[in-house]
Amino acid sequence: MSVHDFYVISPYLAMAGAGLLVILLDLVLPKKSLLPYFAFAALAGPFVLSLIQFYDISESTNLLQGSGVFSTDEPSVLLGALSVDRFALFFNFLIIGATALVVLSSTDYVKNLERFQGEYFGLILFSATGMMLLAAATELITIYISLELTTLPLAALAAFLLNRQSTEAGMKFLIIGAISSALMLYGMALVFGFTGSTQLAEISTSIGQATGDMPFGSYALFIGIILMVAGFGFKLSAAPFQMWVPDVYEGAPTPVVAFLSVASKAAAFAVLLRVFFTGFFDVALDWGILIAGLAAASMVIGNLVAISQSNIRRLFGYSTIAHAGYILVGVAAGVKSGEGIFRAPEFAAIGPDSVLFYLAAYAASNLTAFIAITAISTKINSDQISDYAGLVTRAPVLSIIFALSLLALVGVPPTGIFIAKLYIFTAAVDSGLTWLALLGVINSAVSAYYYIRIIRIMFTQPAVSEEKITVSPAPWLALGLAGAAMVFLGIAPGFVMEAAQSAVRALAV
Amino acid sequence: MVSQAVIWSIFLLPLASFVLIALVVRPLLNRYSMISGFITIGALGTALGFSIWTLRSVALHHDLTFEPVKWLSVGNATIDMGLLVDPLTAVMLVVVTGVSLLVQIYSLGYMQGDPSFSRYYAYMSLFTASMLGLVLASNIVQLYVFWELVGVSSYLLIGFWHERPAAAAAAKKAFIITRIGDVGFLIAILYLFGRADDFAAIGLNAFHIPDIWQAAQPQAALGAVLGGAALTWLALGIFAGAMGKSGQFPLHAWLPDAMEGPTPVSALIHAATMVAAGVFLVARFFPVFEHSADAMTVVALVGAFTAIFAASMGLVMNDIKRVMAYSTVSQLGYMIAALGLGLYAPAIFHLVTHAAFKALLFLGAGSVNHATGTFDMRYMGGLRRHMPITYILVVVAGLALVGIVPLAGFWSKDEILLGAWNGTGLVDTWVNRVTFSALLAGVIVTAFYTVRMIILTFHGDFRGGIEKELEEKAQAAPAGAAGHGGVHLHESPFVMVLPMALLGIAAVTLGYLANPQWDEQLGIPKHWITGFLADGLGAARGLGGHSETLDFSFGMAVVSTVAALSGIGLAIGIYLKRRDQRAEPLEKLGSVYTLLSNKYYIDTLYEDVAVRKWFFRVIAGTLDWIDRNLVDGTVDLIGWFFRNIGTAIGRFQTGQVQAYATGIAFGVLAIILALLLA
Repeated sequence: MSVHDFYVISPYLAMAGAGLLVILLDLVLPKKSLLPYFAFAALAGPFVLSLIQFYDISESTNLLQGSGVFSTDEPSVLLGALSVDRFALFFNFLIIGATALVVLSSTDYVKNLERFQGEYFGLILFSATGMMLLAAATELITIYISLELTTLPLAALAAFLLNRQSTEAGMKFLIIGAISSALMLYGMALVFGFTGSTQLAEISTSIGQATGDMPFGSYALFIGIILMVAGFGFKLSAAPFQMWVPDVYEGAPTPVVAFLSVASKAAAFAVLLRVFFTGFFDVALDWGILIAGLAAASMVIGNLVAISQSNIRRLFGYSTIAHAGYILVGVAAGVKSGEGIFRAPEFAAIGPDSVLFYLAAYAASNLTAFIAITAISTKINSDQISDYAGLVTRAPVLSIIFALSLLALVGVPPTGIFIAKLYIFTAAVDSGLTWLALLGVINSAVSAYYYIRIIRIMFTQPAVSEEKITVSPAPWLALGLAGAAMVFLGIAPGFVMEAAQSAVRALAV
Repeated sequence: MVSQAVIWSIFLLPLASFVLIALVVRPLLNRYSMISGFITIGALGTALGFSIWTLRSVALHHDLTFEPVKWLSVGNATIDMGLLVDPLTAVMLVVVTGVSLLVQIYSLGYMQGDPSFSRYYAYMSLFTASMLGLVLASNIVQLYVFWELVGVSSYLLIGFWHERPAAAAAAKKAFIITRIGDVGFLIAILYLFGRADDFAAIGLNAFHIPDIWQAAQPQAALGAVLGGAALTWLALGIFAGAMGKSGQFPLHAWLPDAMEGPTPVSALIHAATMVAAGVFLVARFFPVFEHSADAMTVVALVGAFTAIFAASMGLVMNDIKRVMAYSTVSQLGYMIAALGLGLYAPAIFHLVTHAAFKALLFLGAGSVNHATGTFDMRYMGGLRRHMPITYILVVVAGLALVGIVPLAGFWSKDEILLGAWNGTGLVDTWVNRVTFSALLAGVIVTAFYTVRMIILTFHGDFRGGIEKELEEKAQAAPAGAAGHGGVHLHESPFVMVLPMALLGIAAVTLGYLANPQWDEQLGIPKHWITGFLADGLGAARGLGGHSETLDFSFGMAVVSTVAALSGIGLAIGIYLKRRDQRAEPLEKLGSVYTLLSNKYYIDTLYEDVAVRKWFFRVIAGTLDWIDRNLVDGTVDLIGWFFRNIGTAIGRFQTGQVQAYATGIAFGVLAIILALLLA
């Protein structure tokens, strides 16, 4: 490997290094309460390196092509396995940002953990490394390894509390995750069998030759791609692969759930876009319908079942399924059926654009909500929505910010998700998926019901206790940053929107 | 000529007031919460000045088209933010800032001593800013953003006394019902997104409101981008949003419940401005609506039906604010019906006069509540002796509502009736006939419930106020009353009477003076406001020139006055000399009375049947049941199989994991089957 190759993977090395550093520090640091701040500071490494890379490449290039500060003539050994382009870097920033907020918001929470505080932060950073790699991977084996690197630390984190519920959550996540990756691996094998390659670029050239009279052109591809969808569906928490979500959300530590619902979901969408738009685009008309169906099912199931939940974390579990549905609408909208007899699929950039923007807006709003839930549940020791009664008198500012984040999740302007929903539904209309856009709009209206119910309980019912809820400075900072991002994306969405569009141009087929 | 900065500051001043109160006064100076009131009043006073300046500038035909700024671009479509200043905007600006200013002054007295005084003014500033932003928006997406913000601030204000469950429930109901209408509005916007390329092909922007008007014009040169069924559906989508905000049947149920908010809030938001936003929206897109006879027919019939339907429920309400709420819904029906028949200028004219006299009626109800502590008219009576000024003002406003010459409501309502009678040729003749009959019948009903309300409140003997009510109901907290416990019969303080008196002057003079019928009065030209608005509409259609206005018709005036007087006479006959003051004479109507006082059982239908039984239990419940039970049930069926091969795993879980794994397998199979069969 040349120096240039190390430069290419430096953000990932830095992220993994940060994880190791935190675990080592845990052994020598006398004051454990400083650990989160070290973990937070260590994120500067991958962030700065991503920033350097961002300015080192243009929209149409990627670092593997030997360009940039360490330019070299010899071909990179990573060629074909990774593509460090604007698309990957967009997700680097999103994942690093989400990780930073989760780390900050965990400061109060980890005090309850007697042991393994270093490992807690270390595992989060390792998982984040996997997520960043997922966004850059362009080869099936690399994708599989990155996916495992993402999932295994998360399973450990889900079981971190060592109580019955948490252990169960971790175990379920692990087993369902293992089954999903087994399905995905089998799917990958079939795709490899048909195309003779694991590299997305080469898969793309040979996949168009399948001309059979069945979906996707051949049975091997048909079964292979569907099995891969099942594997991704688990990570996306999309229906019908969503059943683990409420249980894990209920049992796992709250900051881990926040991490799971934001960063892990973003990485899963990144790899989904990469694989389907770069690798499988020639059969896009077939998977477009499939994705649209999953989107519809996720929105409907998520929103309707959320209505009758009494546990706030289960409610957010269903809410995240619904949001996965909205985002999948954007993925499906990336394909337009072309003109002519062959009806070759056409790429509609607005679909993936809207997916990226939605992920950013959802990350900001959902993190705001979860940081607030973490702060609240740490103090009141309950996840029952009924125990949120009268919170406004016990923690006025916290309640107001939480209420704002709930309104944001409904999609009320001026917050990011309003723009994001408009963007995604527009994309759907643009690509001829009007029925899906309509379903999405109706679902958003339904979702108002259960989000507003929480606000109503917090603000109108008498408080269970008089005790004030206090929050230490680090979670406050995290809450402020996430909340500011949530509103900023609604008022001045241009910056992130352009970043998303630029990222998608790097992906363009 | 008024500059762009001045117009922007009409919107920015109340916004700044909101920010200042929320970030500075409330956290730091909450002991001096009176400051919040003065900040709001100062900001709105200046904004009113600027609005009048803008109105003058528009009236002098200054060129007030401004280049919008780019906000964001989605796909090929660019969404701008900008100002749209035409006669409609200018008139609405003056109405919103004017009524808001008076209501804020009134609130100094009404809300005095409320622990959340600053929060109240912060919300009121936010609401006014959102409403002004809505009126000024030049882009449909920008308009929608403010449309939702108006909804949010209304939600906050209805639930202002959030410790009261009824207020919280009403706030939620209002938010959700209006959102049902907003789905239609949003779909209309999405449709425009879908057509953005067609607009761009002829150099138009699909979201810029004047461009939408232009696209709907059927001139051959433009190739009619919007037309046919698509235009009808677009118009109906927009109208769905308007129905939600303006409480048109069947989305009217939230408005009467919204009376749980503080009374000045009801006066400003649920009488004069926000609920009129639906009327404004239809008027804003009138150049689109008028090209679809089907859409116009729907608009006219919904409006006409709402006008008579809501008025009939107003007949039997015991809560003074609810009488007025149904009256508001009914009057909004008049405006919507007028728009549906193509009577653009009369509809807006009625919006203006209605804002004045209905706000006054609500402030009068607040004043009465200030004295008696209750809103229930069964515990009022005889108040004219104790509160003569309030009495006179409420009578004036009430007669203006009924439409008695020469008060404001007479002139505007007569224009609507006359226009409906004459017809405009935009809809079939039978629609004109039906609408006219409904609106004329509405006049009788309006006269009846208004006079009933005045007699029950101000005549007869005093029936004990809140103390009596509590005694009879024997419950701890007053049902709908403000924190003005205790009965102390007296006239309200000067800060409350002054704004009422100013609105009273408007309710007397506004109708004729804003729109003189025979010749120029005090420098105001004949048919000024309707002519002004009609010119604006002409310009929007791209025609220009002077548009037609309706001339006063003596015959119609006689007909409507006879209708009004017969309603008044009937009410006086039944109520004024009734023997038992505590009895309700209308109860003799038996089942009709029951039907009306149960609001035609529509609330029951929505809440008990549609939401609780059908939606909540059947759909959400079923899915939840499947989630909880069927999954477990599947486990029992197939569990034994898995348990044998997975004892090591089995120790850890309840068995659900196997079911989930089976679920994944079934999911994959279902997808394969679906794609094969598709």
